[in-house]
Amino acid sequence: MIDSILKEYSVTTLEEVTIWYKAAAVTKFPKNGGACVKYNEKQIAVFNFTRENKWYACQNLCPHKMEMVLSRGMIGEDMGTPKVACPLHKNTFSLETGENLNGTLDAIATYPVKIEDGFVYIGFSK
Amino acid sequence: MKTVIVIGNGMVGYKFCEKFVAKETNEDYKLIVFGDEPRPAYDRVHLSEFFENQDAKALEMASAEWYAENGIKLMINERVTDINREEKTITTANNQNFSYDYLVLATGSSAFVPPIKGVEKKGVFVYRTIEDLEGMLSYAAALKTKNPNAKAAVLGGGLLGLEAGKAVMDMGLEPHIVEFAPKLMPRQLDSRSSQVLQLKLESIGLHIHLSKATNQILGDDAIVGMEFGEDDVLDVEMLVISAGIRPRDELGKSSGLKMGVRGGIVVDHKMQTSDQSIYAIGEIALYNQMIYGLVAPGYEMATVAVDQITGKTDNIMAAEIDMSTKLKLIGVDVASFGEPFMPAAKGHSIIFENKTQHLYKRINVSLDGQRLLGGILVGDASDYSMLHQIYLNSMPIPSDPSQLILPAGDGAASFGSAMDLPDTAVVCSCEAVTKGQVCCSVKDDGNETVKAIAKATKATTGCGGCKPMVTDLVNETLKSLGKVVKERICEHFDYSRQELYDIVKMKNIQDYDELLDTHGKGNGCETCKPLAASLFASIFNETANKQDTIQDTNDRYLANIQRNGTYSVVPRVAGGEISPKQMIAMGRIAQKYDLYTKITGGQRIDMFGAKLHELPLIWEELIAEGFETGQAYGKSLRTVKSCVGSTWCRYGMDESVSFAIEIENRYKGIRSPHKFKGGVSGCIRECAEARGKDFGFIAVEGGWNIYIGGNGGATPKHALLLAEKVDKETAIKYVDRFLMYYIQTAQPLMRTAAWLDKLEGGIDYVKDVVINDCLGIVNQLDTEMQHLADTYKCEWKEAVENPEIRAKYTHFVNSTEEDENIEFVSLREQKMPAPWA
Ligand code: SRM
Ligand SMILES: Cc1cc2nc3c(=O)[nH]c(=O)nc-3n(C[C@H](O)[C@H](O)[C@H](O)COP(=O)(O)OP(=O)(O)OC[C@H]3O[C@@H](n4cnc5c(N)ncnc54)[C@H](O)[C@@H]3O)c2cc1C
Ligand code: SF4
Ligand code: FES
Repeated sequence: MIDSILKEYSVTTLEEVTIWYKAAAVTKFPKNGGACVKYNEKQIAVFNFTRENKWYACQNLCPHKMEMVLSRGMIGEDMGTPKVACPLHKNTFSLETGENLNGTLDAIATYPVKIEDGFVYIGFSK
Repeated sequence: MKTVIVIGNGMVGYKFCEKFVAKETNEDYKLIVFGDEPRPAYDRVHLSEFFENQDAKALEMASAEWYAENGIKLMINERVTDINREEKTITTANNQNFSYDYLVLATGSSAFVPPIKGVEKKGVFVYRTIEDLEGMLSYAAALKTKNPNAKAAVLGGGLLGLEAGKAVMDMGLEPHIVEFAPKLMPRQLDSRSSQVLQLKLESIGLHIHLSKATNQILGDDAIVGMEFGEDDVLDVEMLVISAGIRPRDELGKSSGLKMGVRGGIVVDHKMQTSDQSIYAIGEIALYNQMIYGLVAPGYEMATVAVDQITGKTDNIMAAEIDMSTKLKLIGVDVASFGEPFMPAAKGHSIIFENKTQHLYKRINVSLDGQRLLGGILVGDASDYSMLHQIYLNSMPIPSDPSQLILPAGDGAASFGSAMDLPDTAVVCSCEAVTKGQVCCSVKDDGNETVKAIAKATKATTGCGGCKPMVTDLVNETLKSLGKVVKERICEHFDYSRQELYDIVKMKNIQDYDELLDTHGKGNGCETCKPLAASLFASIFNETANKQDTIQDTNDRYLANIQRNGTYSVVPRVAGGEISPKQMIAMGRIAQKYDLYTKITGGQRIDMFGAKLHELPLIWEELIAEGFETGQAYGKSLRTVKSCVGSTWCRYGMDESVSFAIEIENRYKGIRSPHKFKGGVSGCIRECAEARGKDFGFIAVEGGWNIYIGGNGGATPKHALLLAEKVDKETAIKYVDRFLMYYIQTAQPLMRTAAWLDKLEGGIDYVKDVVINDCLGIVNQLDTEMQHLADTYKCEWKEAVENPEIRAKYTHFVNSTEEDENIEFVSLREQKMPAPWA
C-alpha cells in the first residue's frame, strides 16, 4: 500500500504545471510555518516562508516512516537552503529540491506555488 | 593498464576500494568488484541498528554511485564460482569470464552452524546479513501475534551472541542465551568478570544458560524447543545461532591455494597467498595461523594489499595484532584489552569487584610494576580508551597502579589527559588514525570540530568508540592554540545557550525574528527555534501558543506526537493523587473518543490516539472537569512522584503527598533546558525514588533531606545530597535557586545530572551558590522563580478559549476531512497504531 501512496507524488516543475489548484486563503497558513492541503488523493504540505517572502509545497508524506506529517514540521535553513524538519524524527529535506539533507532517505516531491489575489495555488501536472 | 579483481564486497573489500582510489596511481589500473549480496557493502558492525530503523541505506559504506564515480565496476548479486590460475581468469555464476592481473580475495566468513539435529527447521536463524535480520524480524512479528510471550534463544554467549540476545529482546521476545562453555564471552573474560556480566545481563532481562550442549532442536516443521539432556529442555520458538564463524574459502580450496588445516587462506605479511598474483584480506585471510574476526585488522590488511599491489612494497602487516575489544551492547559496558588473562608468572593482577553495582575491573601489570599488560572492564568501561592507549604505547603508570581502576575518591582524574599520549598513538583503530594526525588536522588544516576531523581523517567513522577521545583532542588542541572552545548553538547563532539567555533577558527581546535579525543570521532552524522558545518561556513565562511555529511539534500542538501522527493527552495529576470522581471523568472522556489509556511511569494517566482535530474537543471536556495540562510535551516539569507518606504509611515521617502536590503545582509549566522531574518520599525506604529525580525530598527525623541531579533514562544517576534536615520552606527555597541557576546556565537538552557533572566544583559549588550565596545572586534567583510560579497559565485553557489558536487543529486547511491514512489495530480490548513496516 505504501508503495502505491508513494507513487502518487512526483516532482513537478513550473514548466510541467497544467493545473493550478486554488488551495486556501493566504491567511490560513501560519507565518513561517506550514499546513496541509488536500488535492484529490494527495496530501500536500504548504509552507509560508515569511522571512524570505516565499512559499513552498511538497508531499506531506515523510519517506522515513511513511507518515503524513511533514506539514507539521518546523521550517528553517541549512547553509542557505530552505528546509523542513520532520516532526517525528527530525529528518530534514530541502524545500527547493526535496533532497534529504541530513541522511540518505529518498528525496520528497516538491511542487510550485503561486499567490494570486490573496489565495495560495499549487501547481500539478495531472 | 592492469586489471585488479576483488571478490567479495563486504567491509574489508570496500575498504580496499576506498584505499585504492585514494592512490594517485589508480589511473594505471582498472578495478572490478564482485559481491554476492544484493546490495553494496554495508556496515556489518552496526548491523543491530537495522532493528531500530530498518534503514538498510543508512548502513551502506558507500552508494553504488560512489563506485561508478570512482571508475570502479561493481557487480553485486554476482557470485564468483571459479578461479583459473593458469589463465588468470575468474568465472561467475552467470558463466561470465573476466581476466585479472591481480586478484584480491575478500570473501569474508559465514556464520558457523554446528551439525545439530534439526537446525534446518523453520525459526532457526544466523546473524550475519541484512537478509538474516529481515527474516528474523518478520518471523518474530508473526510469533508475537500468536503468542505475545514468545521466547527466543541465542546459541552462543560470545561477543556476537550477546549482541544478538539484545536484538532478540528488542524484538519483544523473551531472550535466552545458551552457551556451551561454563562462562560468558569465554574468549575475552575471566570467570569472575563473566559472573559479574551475567548478573548484569540477568538484571536487564536476559536469561542465561551455561554449560549446555544442545543435542537436538525440537519441533515438527518449526522449532518449538531445544533439548540439552534427557530431561533438560528449553521451550523456545525461535533460535539465533551465533557459534562462531567459518571463512568462505571455497575458491581457495578449488583453485589449490595453500589453506589452513581448519580453513582460511594462508597469507604472508604482504597479504599474498601462495600464488604471487593473488591476495587475501579480511575474515578469509589466515595470518599468523589465525582468522581475525574484527574489522580493524581487516582494514589494516586492505591497506597493506593496496600498497603492495601499487608498488609501495615496504608496507607490511604488523607481526602482532591488537585484539582489544569493547562490546557495544547498549546498556552494558564490557571491554578487554591486551592480555586479559595472565599467568601469575608474567605479572600481577589488580582486581576491583563490586557485585552490588555489577562492576568488575582487572588490570594486569608487569612484574616490575612499570607497564600495563592488559585488562578487563565490566560495568563501567569509561576508562577503556585511556587504559588501552597506556597499554598500546607502553606508557608509564602510577607507582600504585590500583589508581588506574579504583573509583577516584575526590573527583580527581587518576591519569592525565589525552594530550599526554605520544603523537604516534593510534586513537581510532578502525581507521588507523593517530593522535598526531588529529592534532595536525586541527592545527594545520583548520578542522576545528569533530565533524570536520571525521571528514578529513575518517577518525570516529568506524565503531565510534574513539569519539570521546577525539573530542578531547580537538578541544584541547584548540585551547593550546589560545582559541576559545565555544559551544555554538547552530549556524544561525554564534552564541552558547547561556550567552543567548543573557542577551534575551538584558535586551528584553521577546520575538524570535527580532532575535535572529539582531543577534543571528539566516533563517533559523530546528535547533535554534525551540531553544529560543525555551528562553522566552523561562524568562517571560510565555506559553507555547504565542510563537507556535518556533516550537518543537509537541509544544506546537500541546500534545505528544505518536508513531502514526496521532497525539497523546496527559492531564496533570499532581503528586499522583487522583479522586474517584476525576477517574470516572477521565474514563468517560477516553471512552467517548476511543482513546487507548495507560498508567504512565510518572504516576498519571496517558490517553493515546487522539486525532489532531479532536485535541481541543477532548481538552475542553477535561478542563470542564477541573483538569489542566500536564505538559508531557514540554521540556519542563513533568511529574513529582510521591509515596503515600505519613498520611497512611506506618513508617512515614512526614506528609510526602501534600509536599509533592505543593511542589508540583509550584513548578508546573516552567520551561527548562531539558525536562525535569521530582520525587518526595516519606522516609528513607524511598518508595517515591526521589533520588532518581532531578530534585527529590526525603523526610527524615528532624526535617527534609534535599537531593539534586538524579535521573533514570539512558544514563541513570543517583541524586546528590544538597542539604540535610531542613524545614519545608527552606527546602523549597534551595530547590528554587538550584533550578533557576540550572535553567540559566545549562546547555540545550542537558538534564540536571549532566549539568552537575560538567559544572566545575560539582555539588559543593552548587551548595556555595544556593546556600552560601557565593555569587551574590540568590535574591535575584528567588525573585525570578517566584515570578514564574506567579504567572503560570494553563496553555490548553488558553488554546481552547481562543478561536484563532483552535483553528490550527485540523489536518487539512482546505477540507474538514480526516487523514484517511491513519490506521489502528486492536490490542487487548483497546487499540494501537498499525506497526511500521
Ligand atoms: C508515557 C511515558 C511511558 C509510560 O507509558 O509510562 C513516557 C513516554 C515518553 N517518554 Fe519517557 N515516558 C514516561 C516516563 C519516563 C520515565 C519514568 C519516570 O518519570 O519516573 C523516565 C525515566 C526517568 C527520568 O526521566 O529520569 C523516562 C525517560 C525518558 C527519556 C530519557 C531521559 C534521559 O534523561 O535520559 C526520554 C528521552 C528524552 O526526554 O530526551 C523520554 C521520552 C519520552 C517520549 C516523550 C518520547 C517521545 O518523544 O515520543 C515519550 C512520549 C510520551 C507521550 O507521547 O505521551 N523518556 N520517561 C511516561 C510518561 C510519564 C508522565 O506521566 O509524564
Ligand atoms: C552482528 C555483527 C557484529 C559485529 N560487531 C563487530 C564489532 O563490534 N567490532 C568488530 O571489529 N567486528 C565486528 N563484527 C565483525 C565484522 O563485521 C567483520 O570482521 C567484517 O565484516 C569482516 O569483513 P570482510 O569484508 O572480511 O567480510 P564480510 O563483511 O563478510 O564480506 C565478505 C563479502 O564477500 C561476499 N562473498 C563471499 N564469497 C563470495 C563469492 N564467491 N563471490 C562474490 N562475493 C562473495 C559475501 O557475500 C560478503 O558480502 C561483527 C559482525 C557481525 C555479524
Ligand atoms: S515510552 Fe520511553 S522507553 Fe518507552 S519506547 Fe517511548 S521513549 Fe522509549
Ligand atoms: S517519520 Fe519523518 S523523520 Fe521519521
